[in-house]
Amino acid sequence: MIDLSINFGGIKAPNPFWLASAPPTNSGYQIMKAFEAGWGGAVWKTLGVPVVNVSSRYGSVNYRNTRMMGFNNIELITDRPLADNLREIEEVKKYFPDHAVIASLMVESRAEWEQIIKDVENAGADGIELNFGCPHGMCERGMGSAVGQEPDVLKTIVGWVKEAANIPVITKLSPNISHITDPGLAAVEGGTDSISLINTIKSIVGIDLDSYAPYPIVDGKGTNGGYCGPAVKPIAMHMLKDLAQHPEISKVPLSGIGGIETWRDVVEFILLGATSVQVCTAVMHYGFGIVREMEAGLRQFMEDKGYNTIYDFAGKALPNVTEWKHLNLKHKVVAEINADKCVGCDLCYIACDDGAHQAIALSDDPTNRIPSIIEENCVGCNLCSLVCPVEDCITMVKKDDGTQSITWNERTLNDDIPVSFDDDRAGGKGHFVPEPSDALKKKR
Amino acid sequence: MAEYKRPTTKAEFDKNFKQKKPLMNDTEAYYEASRCLFCYDAPCVQACPTSIDIPLFIKQIHTDNITGASKTIFDANWLGNACGVVCPTGVLCEGACVYNHQDVPPIQIGRLQNYATNTSIDSKKELFKAGQSNGKKIAVIGAGPAGIACACEARTLGYDVDIFEAKEKPSGLTVYGIAPYKITNEEVLKEVAYLQDQLGFHIKYNNAITSKNELAALETKYDAIFIGVGLGATRHLGLDGEDKKGVVGAVEFIEELRMKHHEVKVPAKVVVIGGGNTAMDAASEAARMGARKTVLAYRNSKENMGAYGFEYDLAISAGVDSLFNVTPIAIVGNGTVEGVKFAKTELIEGKLQTNMNNTFVVRCDLVIKATGQAKQGHLYSLIDGLDIDNKTRIIINNEFQTSNPQYFAGGDAINGGAEVVNAAYDGKMAAQGIHNWLNK
Ligand SMILES: Cc1cc2nc3c(=O)[nH]c(=O)nc-3n(C[C@H](O)[C@H](O)[C@H](O)COP(=O)(O)OP(=O)(O)OC[C@H]3O[C@@H](n4cnc5c(N)ncnc54)[C@H](O)[C@@H]3O)c2cc1C
Ligand code: SF4
Repeated sequence: MIDLSINFGGIKAPNPFWLASAPPTNSGYQIMKAFEAGWGGAVWKTLGVPVVNVSSRYGSVNYRNTRMMGFNNIELITDRPLADNLREIEEVKKYFPDHAVIASLMVESRAEWEQIIKDVENAGADGIELNFGCPHGMCERGMGSAVGQEPDVLKTIVGWVKEAANIPVITKLSPNISHITDPGLAAVEGGTDSISLINTIKSIVGIDLDSYAPYPIVDGKGTNGGYCGPAVKPIAMHMLKDLAQHPEISKVPLSGIGGIETWRDVVEFILLGATSVQVCTAVMHYGFGIVREMEAGLRQFMEDKGYNTIYDFAGKALPNVTEWKHLNLKHKVVAEINADKCVGCDLCYIACDDGAHQAIALSDDPTNRIPSIIEENCVGCNLCSLVCPVEDCITMVKKDDGTQSITWNERTLNDDIPVSFDDDRAGGKGHFVPEPSDALKKKR
Repeated sequence: MAEYKRPTTKAEFDKNFKQKKPLMNDTEAYYEASRCLFCYDAPCVQACPTSIDIPLFIKQIHTDNITGASKTIFDANWLGNACGVVCPTGVLCEGACVYNHQDVPPIQIGRLQNYATNTSIDSKKELFKAGQSNGKKIAVIGAGPAGIACACEARTLGYDVDIFEAKEKPSGLTVYGIAPYKITNEEVLKEVAYLQDQLGFHIKYNNAITSKNELAALETKYDAIFIGVGLGATRHLGLDGEDKKGVVGAVEFIEELRMKHHEVKVPAKVVVIGGGNTAMDAASEAARMGARKTVLAYRNSKENMGAYGFEYDLAISAGVDSLFNVTPIAIVGNGTVEGVKFAKTELIEGKLQTNMNNTFVVRCDLVIKATGQAKQGHLYSLIDGLDIDNKTRIIINNEFQTSNPQYFAGGDAINGGAEVVNAAYDGKMAAQGIHNWLNK
């Protein structure tokens, strides 16, 4: 029996699909609608100091025919009255007592923190999330990412909150920092019950070519926004992994955020150690209904793999995410083209010839557009298989017999690493490269 | 199968001749352009007779550089707008699209091309300038696609160009011959006007060159002469009763249709004789004009038809019936056509034989002969030393120069009847040939 319910650092929810603190959680109406649609939890749009918002708030990066591949915003925390939000939290909890309603908070002084914590606890919130992430607007006032970027300050505030709060506390981290483990560790030392990440990334998504202003444009000017959407997922997953592999930080549960849209994204985040996921952009793009695809996919995956709860596979990829120096240098793959599937676009040829290792040849017969791999030149970089537009046409085939393994680390210990530029043990030595002047001869 | 009501108004005509490749809107163009894979040494470019850099212009459309896309197209093909909708793309660029190999619909290259160029034409975007005058003059005979392309290219090279055109409109068969559901008259004429505005060549309408004297005058006044006269009228079949009222040639029928639209009255029963693309067009058009029964009669089998399969399919979908292995032996009727007498044909020892013992009459009120156009042999015979081949096609060298060095030629006049895109290519190349010759 598959059971998707979770207990995330003391916050219980029927499933790990939560809405991130963002425009989709701006009101009780939206959150109730989301719970109806199947979401298991929601982090309320950040409550806190009074703000005023601007008009024109979002910008987007479109790629080919895909809208909002990346998305940025310059919206601040909620601009609705605190009393209204508190009343609606109470109402939502009345209708959905088993769903997780988490209040995201952002204030300045200790007194303010203590007051607002009391307020949301009285309203019935199941937990608190500390917004130390907003990289626009609020940080100029010393909040949001301004806190997330100062581990000492962050730790202090987490301490205040923990002292005041009776409900679990999640600390939300900003990715706008070199080492995510610094604020991560500070949060744990401050006593946080759990961590969520990532908040948005400082960004400029585009410049208007007529007004010369960055998007979104507010009366001829713009400012940096916070970047999210599918484009940021790889960065989020990397940071999640850093925390999940950290011996101290990994003691608290991690909620993954950043570009999650499909069940695959969800599974990947869980495999890297997340035990709840938060979604914003995908909902802003498609509405709450996307949770059905996520849930169905997650269930199917669990059924196929024989898992009952997400804890059965949470973090399962972590042992395989290692440092470069531990990779097997004897492993060898080369590309193989399935001539039956090949459509003859020759993108692999030009990608390899211009962008990799000149390991793909075209036929001398101009009517035959099916390229071939020059196996001895192929370094197994994958590029051709990545550019190929046909499903499963180019595959990377294992060539070593699997009996041998040596890593850089081991070679270093054995004193068997190249030490000079011309050392015979260096990797590229003897590898095929065309003569520079061949560039001028090659024509088809 | 479609049933067409006889069109009596322009709106009804336009409905029956609805554009097969309508102008794309911005959204459609954006999404379609996004599908292009940007193939290396792209097969579509190789398949285009004018070698337009298709992946480049598609990328330009996608990045909202429509002007650049339009320039890329016109740089290779002066009739890029018309070609986008009249080219048989399924056997050219789009037929070569690699998507076909995975049963994914190919990129709609023609419509994207038409979209980009149409955008420039409608906004009167200036893309070209005539080259600095070199003081030399070129005469062009025929303002068809070949002649127009030659004129445009020659203008960019600094030549003064006068086009002598027999009819009263430019662009030859593109406006007088191509099926109305492929392109409208307005669209054809708009493109020529756009080019003419920028490049400033002169067209002398109603000015057929038909005599030795006229040719001699051109030879004196102009440094070089381009022959772009296309083909002639429909060939005579030599059938009994062919001169009866109600027997017309396909190109003549189509020309009247293109000029008069719904004012043309096509009678109830029509027989179209022929198996080429022109026959398919004429049959489709007769059906769309409200003929109750249109029969396509071809003397060989379906497999041996010269027409593209998609053109045949289009005729059938318009409600046309077909008869194969039949050959006309007489037109029956009393002054006015009442039917066509056919004999069956059969393949005997690899040769198509007419079986005179097996004949029958198909009743009809109109016979359209789509059995080929005559060549302009008479005109060619007036030009000193002009060599033609046994099919009356002008022979040219790879600079498009004829055996009379002052004359160059291109289009249907040299290939015996191909597509607009071939004529566009020839005209452009011939202008370069002239330039090379005059600058030797
Ligand atoms: C029914 C039909 C349908 C077609 N459909 C298509 C199609 O869908 N797509 C496609 O790409 N192609 C199509 N074609 C072919 C295409 O129209 C021709 O290949 C193309 O127009 C040839 O261009 P051209 O300039 O060589 O000749 P033409 O277009 O024939 O132009 C010749 C010009 O020269 C003029 N002229 C002739 N003699 C003289 C003279 N003595 N003095 C002065 N002027 C003269 C004519 O009036 C005409 O304007 C079709 C042709 C026909 C007949
Ligand atoms: S000119 Fe014709 S063949 Fe060439 S790309 Fe355009 S539509 Fe295709």
